[in-house]
Amino acid sequence: MFDVNQIRKDFPMLNGKKMQGHPLIYLDNGATTLKPQVVIESVCDYLTNYSGNAHRGDYDLSHEVDEHYEKSRDIVRQFINAKRKEEIVFTSGSTDSLNMIAYGYGLTHLKANDEILITVAEHASNTLPWFDVARLTGASVHYIDLDETGRLTLENVQKAVNENTKIIAVAEVTNVLGYQAPMKDICQFAHERGIVVVVDGAQSVPHQVTDVQETDIDFLAFSGHKMCGPTGIGVMYGKYDLLKDMKPTRLGGGSNSRYNSCGVVTLKDPPYRFEAGTPHIEGAIGLGAAMQYLMKIGMNHIHEYEQELRQYCIQKMLQLDNVEVYNPHSMGAIAFNIKGVFSQDAASLFNSYGIAIRAGQHCAKILDEFLKVSTTLRASFYFYNTKEEIDAFIEVCKKGDDFLDAFFK
Amino acid sequence: MHSLNDPQLLREIIMDHYEHPRNRGLVDDDSYLKINMNSQTCIDNLDIQVKFDGDKIEDVRYDGEACAICTSSTSIMSELVKGKTKQEAQKIIDNYMNMIYEKDYDPEILEEAIAFQNTYKQANRIKCATLGWSGLVALMKESEE
Repeated sequence: MFDVNQIRKDFPMLNGKKMQGHPLIYLDNGATTLKPQVVIESVCDYLTNYSGNAHRGDYDLSHEVDEHYEKSRDIVRQFINAKRKEEIVFTSGSTDSLNMIAYGYGLTHLKANDEILITVAEHASNTLPWFDVARLTGASVHYIDLDETGRLTLENVQKAVNENTKIIAVAEVTNVLGYQAPMKDICQFAHERGIVVVVDGAQSVPHQVTDVQETDIDFLAFSGHKMCGPTGIGVMYGKYDLLKDMKPTRLGGGSNSRYNSCGVVTLKDPPYRFEAGTPHIEGAIGLGAAMQYLMKIGMNHIHEYEQELRQYCIQKMLQLDNVEVYNPHSMGAIAFNIKGVFSQDAASLFNSYGIAIRAGQHCAKILDEFLKVSTTLRASFYFYNTKEEIDAFIEVCKKGDDFLDAFFK
Repeated sequence: MHSLNDPQLLREIIMDHYEHPRNRGLVDDDSYLKINMNSQTCIDNLDIQVKFDGDKIEDVRYDGEACAICTSSTSIMSELVKGKTKQEAQKIIDNYMNMIYEKDYDPEILEEAIAFQNTYKQANRIKCATLGWSGLVALMKESEE
């Protein structure tokens, strides 16, 4: 049974951490998440008991590191239900993964007049690399219209696609509006036309069941730290054939099998050709521990509970006259403003009550053209948040007009 | 002089300048030096114009999108330094920055700007409370070049 009070015991940050004299209420999970003790211990265990390099030594210690590192790769495979573990490339995070896809696959496959489709709700990391790759190849970036609520629909994808479309790069769940994209339908439509689908999973993989075979997506990028893992570790999933056909953006030790003085280089097979240099070994091990922890609770239970929290919060927010919610019906973060209060001033007020929420543009700097407000507040939950925390959050929403309280406490 | 210990009064000062910012609005006049102050870490984005007459600060203007703390601190700054010599303005700026960074300062010279004396308690707002002031510093420097 899902028991949030039991779960909270696993997180040191939820047991004693204070902010501005109040127990921390952490509602910025879209930015990063707190870490359970098992993840902390797995990282410490590597650093304490078997720290050595992976794939580099002919001695027992190195073999031991290899085993743990590769075991993590297999846990990731299991977590997203990839066909084989060679489709899992460790990266530094979603941004790194998306850059590798844009420059390693996009740059080598796009030509003049080709089109890349994104949306205005994309994170900067799924926008800026494509701008640059388009500039370098003569291809162009176009936008799939969002519907009036901010949702990405199959119908609008169909309208945006033409014979020049080569890549569709979209978030499965967007980081401000939080709507779920119909990935399976989009992939089916795209694949009938030979279009490659790149998915930014930073805000979806941590919160729901991911099955890359079921949706049939071609590339998936996500970060470890947004799902209880360490920072600096993430994943690029790619179908094996696509990875084989893709250029590494970094070359060096560990990614080649041999080379000679004439510059003839034989690269290793995926995933190793993409992991030049000593990898973030403790990060990968920590991510493996985080995924095991999440799978033990069950991603379906996590998803269900988070939706219940969101519903609970939205219902209370909609009763407040001084609060404007921009995405009451989505499933991710809640984007809102306190009427007449600049978002940053409001975030300071929440801070003064120990509540962490984010203000600003949330790295989606062209979304304002859709929302017609330049900045918002964003509250984002994870499975360790509680209804009591939401009650406290709602009480501060009510105090919105007194936002300068934060300055005089 | 204002009471340093009356949060209600300090709050009213900030709200007054936020809702009725003084010297707001840019002018189309080449005799003004102009700078864009765009915080790289938050949303505050102000254009600031200063007109110098020799050693004197004749006018200060600003406009843009900014939070209450940024808007009101810039408004108060504009009133404080208008008509002052650069040297006088520098003294006010030095005292203001000292206050923001918890060093010794003279509250008398800061007048309404003492409303920001608690900024250090909300460390993430220091940028907001100094953006306009830093713009003035940059333009004073530019005027010397």
